Amino acid sequence: MTDTQWIQICQLEALPIDAGTAALLDEGKPTEEQIALFRITSTTQGESTIFAVSNFDPFSEANVISRGILCSIGDELAVASPIGKQHFCLNSGTCFEDEDVALKTYPSKIADGQVYVQSSELIQE
Amino acid sequence: MSVKQKILVIGNGMVGHKFLEAMTTHSDADKFEIATFCEEPRAAYDRVHLTDYFSGHSAEDLSLVEPDFFAQHNIRILLNDKAVSIDRKAKTVTSENGETLSYDKLVLATGSYPFVPPIPGHKRDNCFVYRTIEDMEAIRASAQGSSVGVVIGGGLLGLEAAKALKDLGLTTHVVEFAPRLMAVQVDDGGGAMLRQKIEDLGVQVHTGKNTQNIEDGDQHFHKMTFADGDIIETDVLLFSAGIRPQDTLAREFGLELGERGGIVVNDHCQTSDPDIYAIGECALSGGRIYGLVAPGYRMAQVTADHISNTGDNTFTGADMSTKLKLMGVDVASIGDAHGNTPDAKVYTYVDGSTEVYKKIVVNSDNNRLLGAVLVGDATDYGNLLQIVLNDIPLPEFPDALILPQRDGSGITGLGVEALPDGAQICSCNDVSKGDLCQFISDGATTLGDLKACSKAGTSCGGCNVLVGQVLNAELEKMGLEVNTDLCEHFPYTRQDLYNLVRVEKIKSFFDLIEKHGSGRGCDICKPTVASILASCWNDYVLEPEHAGLQDTNDRYLGNMQKNGTYSIVPRIPGGEITPEKLIVLGEVAKKYKLYSKITGGQRIDLFGARLEQLPEIWRLLIDAGFETGHAYGKALRTVKSCVGTSWCRYGQDDSVALALEVENRYKGLRSPHKLKSAVSGCTRECAEAQSKDFGIIATENGWNLYVGGNGGMRPRHADLFATDLDKETLIKYIDRFLMFYVRTADRLQRTSTWMDNMEGGLDYLREVVIEDSLGICEQLEAEMVEVIGSYQCEWKTTIEDEEKLRMFQPFINSEKGDSNVVFVEERGQIRPATSDEKRQGIKVVSL
Repeated sequence: MTDTQWIQICQLEALPIDAGTAALLDEGKPTEEQIALFRITSTTQGESTIFAVSNFDPFSEANVISRGILCSIGDELAVASPIGKQHFCLNSGTCFEDEDVALKTYPSKIADGQVYVQSSELIQE
Repeated sequence: MSVKQKILVIGNGMVGHKFLEAMTTHSDADKFEIATFCEEPRAAYDRVHLTDYFSGHSAEDLSLVEPDFFAQHNIRILLNDKAVSIDRKAKTVTSENGETLSYDKLVLATGSYPFVPPIPGHKRDNCFVYRTIEDMEAIRASAQGSSVGVVIGGGLLGLEAAKALKDLGLTTHVVEFAPRLMAVQVDDGGGAMLRQKIEDLGVQVHTGKNTQNIEDGDQHFHKMTFADGDIIETDVLLFSAGIRPQDTLAREFGLELGERGGIVVNDHCQTSDPDIYAIGECALSGGRIYGLVAPGYRMAQVTADHISNTGDNTFTGADMSTKLKLMGVDVASIGDAHGNTPDAKVYTYVDGSTEVYKKIVVNSDNNRLLGAVLVGDATDYGNLLQIVLNDIPLPEFPDALILPQRDGSGITGLGVEALPDGAQICSCNDVSKGDLCQFISDGATTLGDLKACSKAGTSCGGCNVLVGQVLNAELEKMGLEVNTDLCEHFPYTRQDLYNLVRVEKIKSFFDLIEKHGSGRGCDICKPTVASILASCWNDYVLEPEHAGLQDTNDRYLGNMQKNGTYSIVPRIPGGEITPEKLIVLGEVAKKYKLYSKITGGQRIDLFGARLEQLPEIWRLLIDAGFETGHAYGKALRTVKSCVGTSWCRYGQDDSVALALEVENRYKGLRSPHKLKSAVSGCTRECAEAQSKDFGIIATENGWNLYVGGNGGMRPRHADLFATDLDKETLIKYIDRFLMFYVRTADRLQRTSTWMDNMEGGLDYLREVVIEDSLGICEQLEAEMVEVIGSYQCEWKTTIEDEEKLRMFQPFINSEKGDSNVVFVEERGQIRPATSDEKRQGIKVVSL
C-alpha cells in the first residue's frame, strides 16, 4: 500500500467528538461515495480514533448514517440509524439486528492532525 | 327464521342498562327483540357520581350509554315514558303515553325512590330530593340567590348531597336523627372522627335531631324546628333520609312483595311470576334490599344468563362493604362493622393528630376477621376486605393489621399471596385474583396494561392498590425480575438518573456515565440523559458536550423525514397568526419549494428542507418574528385554542389569551415525552382540550383543568383534575403537574400512560399537586421558574453562531449537496421520489 491510496479528508479538530460527520470520498470521480466518519476519543487519554463507514442506510435508502447516535454495545462500538434505529458495528459494518445486512467500511487513519480514508478507486483496482 | 323472543325492561337506570349490555354481549344476541321504558328524559347515567354534576361534569360526561348503543343493537328505548300497567295474562305492558308492548320475559329495573319523612311542611317550595339530574338542576336553580342549605339525613347519600350544596357555595348543615353520622356503616368512634373531619371542612353537623316542623323563616325561606326546641333557618332543604324500593307496579299487579316492600325474587332473580324478573334496588333477595350498584350489576348478569340459558349463575346475596371518599374524607365499612356477632372482640386504633380511626372486629377465637371500620385512611380496605371474604386465618396479633408500620417492615403480616384465586379483587367489574394472574402470565406486566385488559380498577378505582400488589407478587413468583435499568450503560431507572442529576448537580452526560454508568452510552440513554439535563438545567442543546447525545431531530432542530430531509414547524402560539406572518411562511415555502401542510396542532409544517437549507430558512423566519416550535423535541409542542369570548357567541372566557400565555410560559420545557395542550372557551370544547396532556376549559366560574388525555394510537379521555380555578391557581397546578411528570415518568412515557400506571391514580396526583402531600410543591414550582427563566429560541442561538452552522454543511470536505435527495411533483407540490422512481430516472423537480 502506498501513500497515494490515502485521501486526505479534513483536519481532525474539525470533527466533533463521539459523534458522526459526513464526507465525500472521490468527489467528482465515478467512484464518488458518501461516507460517515466517527471520531472516538479514549475516555482516559483523550486520544482520537477514526471509523469510516458508508453514509447510506440500507434500510431507509437515505444518506443518514453520519447523523446517527454513537453507541457501545458490549465491547463493540456501533451507530444507530436515525431513521429505523438499527445498529451497525463501526468495525465490521454488520447490522446487529440483521446479520445479512452490513455497511461498507473504509480503512482510515490520523496523521499530522489530518484525517485520511482509503479511496475505493484504488482498492477496487 | 324463528320468531325472536321479546324482552321488555322497565327502567333504564344503571342496573337496567347493565342488563341490556349483558344481553347484547350474549352470543345469541340476535335471537332477542329488546325494548325498554325509561321514565326519565335521558338514558342511563352514573347516579353514583351524581355530585360530580356540580363540579364540572355535564350530563353527557355522566352518561353510561355508548354512542349509538340503542341503534347498533336494535333496542327500542321509550324515553320520558313510564310503564303504568302490566297485563300478566296477555303478557303486555302499557305506558303513560298509551304504548302497549308485549313481552315473553319482563324485567323490572325500577330502582328506588327517596324516602321523605312526613314532617309538616315537607312539600314546601325549595324542598328537594337527590336522585336524578333533574333534581340536580332544580337544586342548582334554587341555590342561586340562596345562602344556606340543609340536608336532612347524615348517611352516605346525605353527606354526598352536603358536598353538592357546599360546591354550590351555600353555608351547609347536615341534620341527622341518629346520634352519629353514617349510622349504618360506622360505629360511634368512627362517626365521631368523621364528624370532626367534616366540620373541619366547614359543614356544620347536628346529630340526634328530630325535625318536627318546617315553616316560613324570618331571615331565610324555611325555619326548621327540632324536638329539643332548637331552630335552624335555611333557604334550600334537601331530604336524604334513605331509599325505598320502587315496587308500585309489582304491588298493583299482584307480584309477591316483602313485608316492608321490595319485590321478592329467587336466586335467578325471578319474581313470583316466573316470566317476570326484578333486579337492583327494587328487588328483595334473601330478605334484603341491596342499595349498592355492584350487587345490582350481579343481578343484571344473573338475569341475562337465565333468560338466555347460559350456565347456572345465581344471585345469593352480596357483600355490602363499602369504601368511599366523602368530601375528601376516606370512609370504609366492612362486614360486621358493629361487632354484632356474639362474643366478637374489637381492636381500635385512633390517631388524634392526623384524625384517623380504625377498628377491626374479630371472632371469639381471635383468628378470623369479621368486620372493620376505617375513617380518615382507608388504604387497608382492600386487604381487610379480602381477609373477611376469603376467611383467611389472622396472624397471632390481629391488631398488627391496623397498627401503623413504623419500622419500615412494610407488609402487615398478610399479603395478597394469602388470597385464593377466586378472591374478587375488583367488585365493579367482577375481576378475580385468578383472572388477574392469567392476564399477567399472558403478558400484561405493567399496571397500565393489566388494568386495560382486565378492566380491574377502571370504575371506582378502589382496588388499584390491591391490583398493583397482585401484579408485583405475581411477577416475583414468576421469577420475572422486572429489569428496570434504563439500558446496559446505567443500572438505574430514568427517575433514578433524574434524581442523581438534580441532587449531584451533574451537568453533562460524560460526568454522569463516569460516576454512575459504564461504556459509552447508546441511542437509549444518550437522548434520555440529554432530556433530563435539559429539564433540569435547560442549557442550549447543541453545546459541544450535549450535541452528540441528541436524537437526530434535536441535533439538527428539525424533524427528519424518510429521505433524510427535514420538516420545519415554527411556533404559532395558540394557533393565532397575522396575515403578514402567514405570507412570510408562504414566501419561504415558495422560495425553497417546500411541501406545506397544516398540522393537527394549529401550526404549519414545511417539508423537504435539506440539511444545508435549515439555517437560511430559519434566518428568514426569525427575521419575520418567528421562534422555533420544538416540533422536533420531546418538549411542549402546541397549545391549541378556540376563538373564545373575543368572537364566539358561546364563549365563557378568553381562551386565545390564555393559550398564548400557557404556550409562552412552557415553551422550551423538555420532558420525558412530547407535551400537548389546548384551551377551550366553553364546554362545547372546540379546542379538544380533553384529548391533551393538559387541557383547560372555561366555565362560568373560572377554569377547569384536565390532565392525562391523549389522541393518537391509544386515545385516552383526560381526567378532570380541578374545577373553577382562578388563573393564578390554574398556572400553579400546571407548573406542579408538569414538573412532577418530568420528575417521575419513564422514558418516552406520555402523561396518559403515566396516569394509568400511577398507583393511587388521580386521587394520589391530586394529593401531591393540590394538597402537597409530599411537601415538594415549592420545589417543583421553583424548578419550573428556573426553566422558564432560561428559555432561549434554539434556532436564534444557532444562526448567531458560525461554529454551529458548520454542522449543517452536508459534507465536511465539499460544498456539494446530497445527490440522493430527489423529489417528484404531486398535486402541485414536491414529495420524495420512491426508489423505483429514482431508478427509472423519472422527471424530477429541480430545486
